[in-house]
Amino acid sequence: IMADQKTNKEQRYDRQLRLWGDHGQEALENAHTCLLNATATGTEILKNLILPGIGAFTIVDGHRVTGEDVGNNFFLSSDSIGKNRAQAATEFLQELNSDVSGNFVEESPDKLLDNDPEFFHRFSLVIGVQLPESTCLRLGSVLWSAGVPFLVCRTYGLVGYMRLVVKEHTVVESHPDNALEDLRLDQPFTELKNHISTYDLDSMEKKHDLQVPKNYKEKEAFRQLIREGIRKNESGAPEEEENFDEAIKNVNTALNPTKISSAVDDIFNSEQCENITSQTAAFWLMARGVRDFVQNEGNGSLPVRGTIPDMIADSDKFISLQNVYREKALQDAAVVAKHIQSHLQAVGKVTYPFNAGGLPVSPLCKNAAFLRVVRCRSLAEEYSVDSFHKDTITSCMDSPDSEMVLYLMLRAVDRFYQQHSRYPGVYNYQVEEDISTLKLCVNSLLQEYSLNVNVKDDYVHEFCRYGAAEPHTVASFLGGAAAQEAIKLITHQFVPFNNTFIYNAMAQTSTTFQL
Amino acid sequence: MADGDEPMAVDVGSSGDWDGRWSHVQKFLERSGPFTHPDFEASDETLQFLLETCKILVIGAGGLGCELLKNLALSGFRHIHVVDMDTIDVSNLNRQFLFRSKDVGRPKAEVAADFVNSRVPGCHVVPHFKKIQDFDESFYRQFHIIVCGLDSIIARRWMNGMLLSLLVYEDGVLDPSSIIPLIDGGTEGFKGNARVILPGMTACIDCTLELYPPQINFPMCTIASMPRLPEHCIEYVRILQWPKEKPFGDGVALDGDNPEHIQWVFQNSLERAAEFSITGVTYRLTQGVVKRIIPAVASTNAVIAAACATEVFKIATSAYIPLNNYLVFNDVDGLYTYTFEAERKENCSACSQVPQKLQFPPSAKLQEVLEYLTENSSLQMKSPAITATLEGKNKTLYLQTVASIEERTRPNLCKTLKELGLADGQELAVADVTTPQTVLFKLNFTS
Repeated sequence: IMADQKTNKEQRYDRQLRLWGDHGQEALENAHTCLLNATATGTEILKNLILPGIGAFTIVDGHRVTGEDVGNNFFLSSDSIGKNRAQAATEFLQELNSDVSGNFVEESPDKLLDNDPEFFHRFSLVIGVQLPESTCLRLGSVLWSAGVPFLVCRTYGLVGYMRLVVKEHTVVESHPDNALEDLRLDQPFTELKNHISTYDLDSMEKKHDLQVPKNYKEKEAFRQLIREGIRKNESGAPEEEENFDEAIKNVNTALNPTKISSAVDDIFNSEQCENITSQTAAFWLMARGVRDFVQNEGNGSLPVRGTIPDMIADSDKFISLQNVYREKALQDAAVVAKHIQSHLQAVGKVTYPFNAGGLPVSPLCKNAAFLRVVRCRSLAEEYSVDSFHKDTITSCMDSPDSEMVLYLMLRAVDRFYQQHSRYPGVYNYQVEEDISTLKLCVNSLLQEYSLNVNVKDDYVHEFCRYGAAEPHTVASFLGGAAAQEAIKLITHQFVPFNNTFIYNAMAQTSTTFQL
Repeated sequence: MADGDEPMAVDVGSSGDWDGRWSHVQKFLERSGPFTHPDFEASDETLQFLLETCKILVIGAGGLGCELLKNLALSGFRHIHVVDMDTIDVSNLNRQFLFRSKDVGRPKAEVAADFVNSRVPGCHVVPHFKKIQDFDESFYRQFHIIVCGLDSIIARRWMNGMLLSLLVYEDGVLDPSSIIPLIDGGTEGFKGNARVILPGMTACIDCTLELYPPQINFPMCTIASMPRLPEHCIEYVRILQWPKEKPFGDGVALDGDNPEHIQWVFQNSLERAAEFSITGVTYRLTQGVVKRIIPAVASTNAVIAAACATEVFKIATSAYIPLNNYLVFNDVDGLYTYTFEAERKENCSACSQVPQKLQFPPSAKLQEVLEYLTENSSLQMKSPAITATLEGKNKTLYLQTVASIEERTRPNLCKTLKELGLADGQELAVADVTTPQTVLFKLNFTS
């Protein structure tokens, strides 16, 4: 195999290709994102999408650049003052990466929603920054109907806020951090049994009814069995054998029972997995193929993953053991493919493997244990008095300094804005008065939702003090956080949050709520 | 459409400022609030302090460094120095946004400083295309706060040691004005951390050495005779085959940045792998193993640098109580942060001032002491040089970093401590790249 001289793009993107692969990069390069409002938060998010090579971005912003804007935004200059903010920011952002296509629309989101809501249908993802509540809800409704993912972001003083709105987001390659191995020691398949029988393990099977050790006592007894297996030297002392040491160390993790996680079970039980039609998305077709395998050839287990951890052993023995798992995995994958194929035929589709997120069957089976689906509630559900998550809010507020109080304060300042067409405490002379007005907003909010929680006065004071400031470091934190969530959504790799993320820069803490 | 098509004429004052420039920052400096630091006083002088007086040092102008410079500049800091010994590589461009293709090959510190100074008027970033070890206390002493965006634990420990050496004790009491806060950030893929260190007061880098995962080095017997993974094959070529075959000439070391070198390693790794029926050797993997590449993206660096810069701002202005003292971040599955107080280690070899002990029988060989210094998880020295005072003279027992001295002192490794003339209670001075100051150990003989 001759390695081609790496292209410039491969060199440039090398460090991220090692995380999401060439297929992830392709998905990113085919994506077009829309940003509403080129404030510091917005331009920082875009920067972190442009640098890794997103296909295109479009900024929608009707504002003119002010002196305050330039002060906290790396992608504006004093020359930009008075110009349209979308245009000014696009110039600076475009300069970051010539592979990316930058566009701007000099228009307020509200006007666009009035005149041309379908404008938003063309995007892979819409990112709304520093949006007033009414605009946010309107846009949320349009995008929900159109099936376009919507990421709401906001920097308010030392508080960062993100809300993900996506009906259903499926992930095959979730890349879990600490996955257990798939060794099948509790239910060895035939080929593994045959391979193992070339070693001498008979004594173990006879003593424990063919079960693997389950609790600490049994595992200790098992470790002792292993120790007894260590060769002894002439004077009767055990030899130093690294492979036995490794075995003893790994008893806990290697002997995990082979079972299917609840997340994967839920996927199998989903309506989309059950009812396959010609409209069914690739993910569900694939999940159904795996489910069919589990219910038939797999006898309740997923297709074998096929990878094994490195173990101290000589090369031949390791490779032959590895091949046993690999070949079984290939076999199982072929069966899964057949199941998928039969469903495709049944609904009149022809080609396989199909390109839908570009995933052929092998990565599917390798990741079968880690399939994930994220479903976020709509903004309408979050805001409706009938369906908002009262229990979540109330129980979080048992700790009155939990990040939930910051969420309630954001809702309260939105209320203030609705009533007064401005945010509290923007000018010094307003701070004192606005505290009591903001407090009224907090109380009316709690009353409307019948929330019996205590919002400390300190937070009302602090949010007036913020004066709707957007300090650059907080905007930049959110810029990184939001961009990575956007990349997850676009590449369908790694798992996005669900659904509300709050960052407290005062305490350097954060929490995710499902609202 | 918005009103007017003419951009307004902007009055840019003599200091380069325009109306409203610092409005986002001022709200935190000129208004009192319920969560501010006890020392905080609302005043319009604090902004002036940031703009005119406060001096910050940024170590590293890479993934974290670029972000830090931007963040500090837009938070009001104008007197910033940045140190980085590297030049720009194409693979930096996916996240080090102050650099462009045309800058490849140029010193990072210089290009970064130029960019920020030009984009943020009034900001004065001073670059140093140097190693941190090229400077002494007189350089570091001038800064109010130091913030690190390094990619090396050794460099972090050295910086940590430098700031500890600046501490002044009067009658055993630490003089607070000699403390220079150290904010340290690190990232790897989708993980990162940010910490605040007040030297002499809070946990230092060495107090928490065990938090840093050890580098993966495969056992030699695996590499030499029992490879199982493609990585083993690549390491075989790098460690054993290259020095033997010297494919590009005598004394030509393997350069991970040279595509021809990597190609050679790649080809030979494929052959090695084929011998053992191992699959999976690719060019990308080869380069990753040889260069010990750590995957990196813009987003993680943005998050961690932002957290660090927020702490710099809090400490410089007393606006809020700083992070106490360690933040961990991971966005593989959703977003996860964890904040905790790392504790000082009572007998930390760097910051505790407790004399370090070495317990060995007189029959132990010097080699064992060397192994202890490198393998002990709290010390993790890299190539320690051991000296002792014997018969009134300073004697080097073993030193690795200068070839001639290494050769001369190598026989000492096989000698026992008794044979070397060392006595119970003897002081040994150990120098190492992980610290700017020698560490003193007291030798206690065990029976």
